[in-house]
Amino acid sequence: MTRHVDEEYDHIRQSLLRMGGLVEEMIENSRRALLDRDSGLASRVIGEDRKVDETEKQIDELCHGVLALQQPTAVDLRFLVAVMKITTDLERVGDLACNICRSVRDLHGEPPFGAYGEAGALFLAARRMVSESLDAFLRRDADLAMEVWRRDDEIDRVYKRFVRELLESTQSDRQAVAPTFQLILIGRSLERIADHATNIAEDVIYYVQGVDIRHAETDYGSAKKGV
Amino acid sequence: MSQSTEAAALSSLSVPFRPGGVADGSASLAMSEDIARATQPQIENSVLEARDFCLWYGEKQALKNISMEVPEKQITAFIGPSGCGKSTLLRSINRLNDLVPSVRVDGDILFEGESVFGAEVDTNLLRKRVGMVFQKSNPFPKSIYENVAYGCRIQGISHRTELDEIVERSLRSSALWDEVKDRLDDVATGLSGGQQQRLCIARAIAVEPEVILFDEPCSALDPIATAKIEELMKELRHQYTQVIVTHNMQQASRISDFTAFLYLGELIEYGPTKSVFINPIRQQTEDYITGRFG
Repeated sequence: MTRHVDEEYDHIRQSLLRMGGLVEEMIENSRRALLDRDSGLASRVIGEDRKVDETEKQIDELCHGVLALQQPTAVDLRFLVAVMKITTDLERVGDLACNICRSVRDLHGEPPFGAYGEAGALFLAARRMVSESLDAFLRRDADLAMEVWRRDDEIDRVYKRFVRELLESTQSDRQAVAPTFQLILIGRSLERIADHATNIAEDVIYYVQGVDIRHAETDYGSAKKGV
Repeated sequence: MSQSTEAAALSSLSVPFRPGGVADGSASLAMSEDIARATQPQIENSVLEARDFCLWYGEKQALKNISMEVPEKQITAFIGPSGCGKSTLLRSINRLNDLVPSVRVDGDILFEGESVFGAEVDTNLLRKRVGMVFQKSNPFPKSIYENVAYGCRIQGISHRTELDEIVERSLRSSALWDEVKDRLDDVATGLSGGQQQRLCIARAIAVEPEVILFDEPCSALDPIATAKIEELMKELRHQYTQVIVTHNMQQASRISDFTAFLYLGELIEYGPTKSVFINPIRQQTEDYITGRFG
């Protein structure tokens, strides 16, 4: 039976994906702003954040309406709970992209600094995690969400290596201290973006499987619904 | 939006979206694996048990191999679309179906380990121990006091002081005392629908049953009267085992500890209410409680 409320769920889903698209674009543009030394682009990214914040509020309002008027249950309820948590994570990712762009602008006030180390790789990995967690949501694909969830440790390792290498470079070049500080802040924001993507992956698994894997020490194989 | 997300979004546009649609990955495993757990929750202190219970109205089979246990002093809800057999199952527990001439049963229902269909079972005693509240309130055309005292008088209690105590205790337990204490001799049919239903509950508990069966007790009541009955059931949950048949799924989710979903005479899923309403195991349950059929 087709339900009228499914149109509302579809509207919510499309709005969430639009918000995800905005956030992914902010990450990509903050990467380009850093590598191309483009402060104008960095400022435009910061300006985009208002759209993300507005979309978060609109989606939450749509969800509140369905919760209050339709009393959803089962997968409908899990969908709404997941969406409301994912919007919070995406909004935070948007804020972190803004933080990156502020660091990019500060960095551009310094003399050119060549050693960006693995910054590019961190950008790509973080963006890919956000992108794939949203794909997993769209496709209701718990396996893909699990892949994203497992990848968080890998990003943490890359981030630690990135910081170590940057710190080593400051040993021989005292002028590198200020730009290194900004780059570490950027790396830290990317590592946190990956954490938010991991949260989204957890929400997708809850939505699809009804299993809460947050704070699980191993993967969800052990927590999976024992049917 | 990334290319992959965008492509997926576009490719999905031709299919109407619903949150519980077909999933990629292993998402569908939960529905396809062994589903024995779906009808056998962990029940401690079971007081009622159906064992492969079947019931026919003439040629038509209304219940098919129902096996389940009902926990003591908790609220168990039976849900399902009209004609699924939930009221038939409820009425089998205290053998009200005996009154229908074409009824035939197979399997068994045990109450505290004893078959309710045993030859030696006194149905009057069974129905005292397993009371019932019906869809439509049915007070006797007597006073409020006599409605509550009636069952006790049948049992041979005639001492006025003792009856007074039972009437007051029962009316207090059913949250009606304050509303009727000054007019106990008024005719019961003059009470409002909600009050009449609470009077029926008082009448049921006056004879100190162990189980109370509710057959859609609120379907004729307004939201305020419904809320009072629901609160009353919650108040009574630690004193009596309660089983409720309801068409109102929000009611089942609000008040029950366990929920059984029946469809076409079969027990499809039975489990803790929270699990059934947040994360049902079987697709049919999900489709029913999310309003996709029924």
